[in-house]
Amino acid sequence: MATLVISQSPVGGFSFENCKRNAVLEGEANKVGCSLPAARKTGTTICGVVFKDGVILGADTRATEGMIVADKNCSKIHYISPNIYCCGAGTAADTEMTTQIISSNLELHALSTGRLPRVATANRMLKQMLFRYQGYIGAALVLGGMDCNGPHLYSIYPHGSTDKLPYVTMGSGSLAAMAVFEDRYKPDMEEEEAKRLVRDAIAAGIFNDLGSGSNIDLCVITKGKLDYIRPHDEANKKGVRRVNELEGDRPTGDYKYKRGTTGVLSKTTLNLEVVEETVQTMDTS
Amino acid sequence: MAAATMMPYFGQQMSSKSELVPDWTSQEVSTGTTIMAVEYDGGVVIGADSRTTTGAYIANRVTDKLTPIHDRIFCCRSGSAADTQAIADVVTYQLGFHSIELDEPPLVETAANLFRASCYRYREELTAGILVAGWDRRKGGQVYCVPIGGMLVRQPVSVGGSGSSYIYGFMDSNYKTSMTKDQCLELTASALSLAMERDGSSGGVVRLASISEDGVERRVLLGDQLPKFSTH
Repeated sequence: MATLVISQSPVGGFSFENCKRNAVLEGEANKVGCSLPAARKTGTTICGVVFKDGVILGADTRATEGMIVADKNCSKIHYISPNIYCCGAGTAADTEMTTQIISSNLELHALSTGRLPRVATANRMLKQMLFRYQGYIGAALVLGGMDCNGPHLYSIYPHGSTDKLPYVTMGSGSLAAMAVFEDRYKPDMEEEEAKRLVRDAIAAGIFNDLGSGSNIDLCVITKGKLDYIRPHDEANKKGVRRVNELEGDRPTGDYKYKRGTTGVLSKTTLNLEVVEETVQTMDTS
Repeated sequence: MAAATMMPYFGQQMSSKSELVPDWTSQEVSTGTTIMAVEYDGGVVIGADSRTTTGAYIANRVTDKLTPIHDRIFCCRSGSAADTQAIADVVTYQLGFHSIELDEPPLVETAANLFRASCYRYREELTAGILVAGWDRRKGGQVYCVPIGGMLVRQPVSVGGSGSSYIYGFMDSNYKTSMTKDQCLELTASALSLAMERDGSSGGVVRLASISEDGVERRVLLGDQLPKFSTH
């Protein structure tokens, strides 16, 4: 006998059912003294600049989880289409998935139109999706690319507002990077000059902002050519351990002290007598 | 379209803010703003400042808040940047479709009503104060005010945004009926400069546009070209 099932049509948007539960859990965790794990955010400095022949996007490579560096060399410049790339700041998962979704939709769109996708299309898709989620998707993006109408650069904020500008910066290090841009940006720069400018802007973010660090990635997009330079500049190379000077010329540094470095004043030996020994196996299956 | 349901504001309280990420990165982008629109015989003059802020940081210092909705209809945006951009995109689409159906340039009153419809229906979710201004054959130059909440009222002159509070007195004393286009442009430029001087959320350059039967003329007044009022 068939039972009658009344199906509820799925409600769009996020489900906030677990928020009350999470709030209770957080309260209880705080009482004990620990805190809930934080979403991994890319502290970040990302920027973009329009130069004579195209667009250059730049990003640092540090991903933080609270005060700890979760990833020393993460890639923040995401592929959207062969002629469009997007840097992402904010919650790492959100930027990754948002750019992937729009990249997939844009490819289908391009197959449908039979044309190379335009940056304005990607911008529309991104802003409409982010607005739909009312800022709950924490993705702040710098979208840049080259299409039939020339080079374009957009900054897209988590709530869904966009700005079309010749130079933009985003992320926690954006103030440092913007200072560099405001000082040295000129319209119609040559490629090398523009690459230096972007490199210096990201470097300003890396060295003056705690949320940004490690290396500098660059992406140069021009008509018919794409240069994804990762890394462009290893600004923070891990040092080699110094040779222990007391040892002389040992090839790999060793931080152990040689026996005899500390003088021994007295020695007492306690002989421990083994009374009983039992072995209890643990089920590790 | 924004969802009509009331969403609890858990996002802001819940997320454990990292000390590395400063406060303004989580603030919504707002067009702090001073916007203004004036009718004259034969058209309208509209003006706006160019500052968009996220908290205390200026996200865009050269924003264009005068958004074309149709050939002879513009809107001045104030409030949340995301909300006003989204509403303007929706109304542009709706008005364009309507105009093609009519095979006629649309009325400014129609555009204003489309704004009002969106702003009123989603009034709980939106923060948008909009001035709709333009020219049409039936009534000439018109200015309609759609403030936060979704009211619709036609006014010969209207100001909006956070900086408007500082220039109501200036407007009341200096606006006269039957001004020429150039007088309107001067009045708008002066009023906006005064507001930008006093309001922290307004600044940058002054963008002006005049809309008439002949078309749209746009102008930008850069820092040194702004009318000066203080002597020290």
